[in-house]
Amino acid sequence: MNLTVREALLAFRRAPLLSALSVTTIAFSLFAVGLFGLVAVNLQQALAGVAERVEIVAYLLPGTPIEAVTLAAKDIEAFPEVRSATYVSEDSALARARAELVEFRDVLQELERNPLPASIEVRLKPGFRDAEHVRAVAERLRGFGFVDDVRFGQDWVRKLDRLRQIAAAVGLVVGTAFAVVAVIIIGTTIRMAVLQRSREIAIMRLVGATDGFIRRPFLLQGAIKGTLGGLVAVGLSYAAYLLINRWLIQAAFFTREQALAIVGFGALIGLCGSAASVGRHLRRV
Amino acid sequence: MIKFTGVCKAFPKGGLALKDISFHIAKGEFVFLTGHSGAGKSTVLKLIYAEEAATSGEVRVSGFNLAELRRRDVPLLRRRLGIVFQDFRLLEDRTAEENVAFALEVTGARRATIPARVMRVLTQVGLAAKAKAYPRELSGGEQQRVAIARALVNEPTVLLADEPTGNLDERATRGVFQLLRDINASGTAVVMATHDLDLVRQAPYRVIELQEGALVYDSAVDEPRDRAATP
Repeated sequence: MNLTVREALLAFRRAPLLSALSVTTIAFSLFAVGLFGLVAVNLQQALAGVAERVEIVAYLLPGTPIEAVTLAAKDIEAFPEVRSATYVSEDSALARARAELVEFRDVLQELERNPLPASIEVRLKPGFRDAEHVRAVAERLRGFGFVDDVRFGQDWVRKLDRLRQIAAAVGLVVGTAFAVVAVIIIGTTIRMAVLQRSREIAIMRLVGATDGFIRRPFLLQGAIKGTLGGLVAVGLSYAAYLLINRWLIQAAFFTREQALAIVGFGALIGLCGSAASVGRHLRRV
Repeated sequence: MIKFTGVCKAFPKGGLALKDISFHIAKGEFVFLTGHSGAGKSTVLKLIYAEEAATSGEVRVSGFNLAELRRRDVPLLRRRLGIVFQDFRLLEDRTAEENVAFALEVTGARRATIPARVMRVLTQVGLAAKAKAYPRELSGGEQQRVAIARALVNEPTVLLADEPTGNLDERATRGVFQLLRDINASGTAVVMATHDLDLVRQAPYRVIELQEGALVYDSAVDEPRDRAATP
């Protein structure tokens, strides 16, 4: 077995309690990050669900030939922002109104003439559901000669934008704070592991070990601890997610990539924390 | 081999630890470094193995000028030296043979050659039978033998021993000292710091005496003096 690997594993066997403590500390620090991540993921999904409803409706002038509209709908679907452009005829608009506005059924039944215009309903792709893109697409829709009016709930889209910005800012600040706290706690834990072995490090240096030789097992050990801690943290987050789902609200869990990112983050902190601690220790002695 | 020229060492808080020390230790010599505790014996040894740097003057060890030695070359110097301490400094959670093998492993020695080399030095120090014992299972004298085996396994040109018998009873002291003499007889220079004057009187080796950081007597240079008068 490689010497670095052997030394790193030996350290686990020799100080099982401290190693377990390190892994637990890392796990709970990352669990806090994970919980916050769960909140962020679910908030983001809720917002995306709301944004799903962003829609631009172009009302058409009466008597627009259907061929022209179909062609235009094709054109509109070719816009980079647009996911779908659906033609809604006068008749289907009325049918929908009858179905949806039950309390006005009588009024709608007695109509001699259909007062509702035909329209093209445009839905946007996920990345473009903000005020700026909505307005740009609406502007282009106005350019079609047979378009009478374009509606898209400007205020509502703007409020959604604002909500998204706030969520992103809070997420960034709180997420960073959580991550920094995790890094500090994990760094301290690893520092303890290094100090616990300072005698051994001194002896290694006396017999002619290079700094790199001394450092490598610590780095590997830190990465292993971080990875284990990350795995436990994802497990704890999953348990929390199950509980929330069962007792509180329907929630979403991390995607596989996000879960891997948490584990990777753990490994990275473990590695960097070890590098910093050992490096500092080696420079001092 | 080891050459000090006008070496001074000042500690930031402790004043002058060494004052204008000059001496030369040749290949294969056995030298006692004597003096009261605090006289500077350990500091001289630390300068030799580059644990400390001289404030002024020149220290040369085994071809290295230590003032020019880069930090990352310190391990190369140490691999040419064997170092033994009063408190043994063994790794408690490794057996005797693992402690010795460790010194080889850190130098990147070929794995296949390690067990045989370890056994050879353990035999040399008389501990082959206790290769599998942990330090806590060994007496003080035996632990010091393990430490000496570890110091020898890299075949150093110089063995530095800082009060190697300081923690040992009389019998163990004699045994360890005899071992150091045998090692010297096979060609390795030995620099032994000690304040055990009985030991110093037992053997006809060179004596360098320090007093409050100054070299006050060097039997290779100065007139021989009445051994009984040595403090």
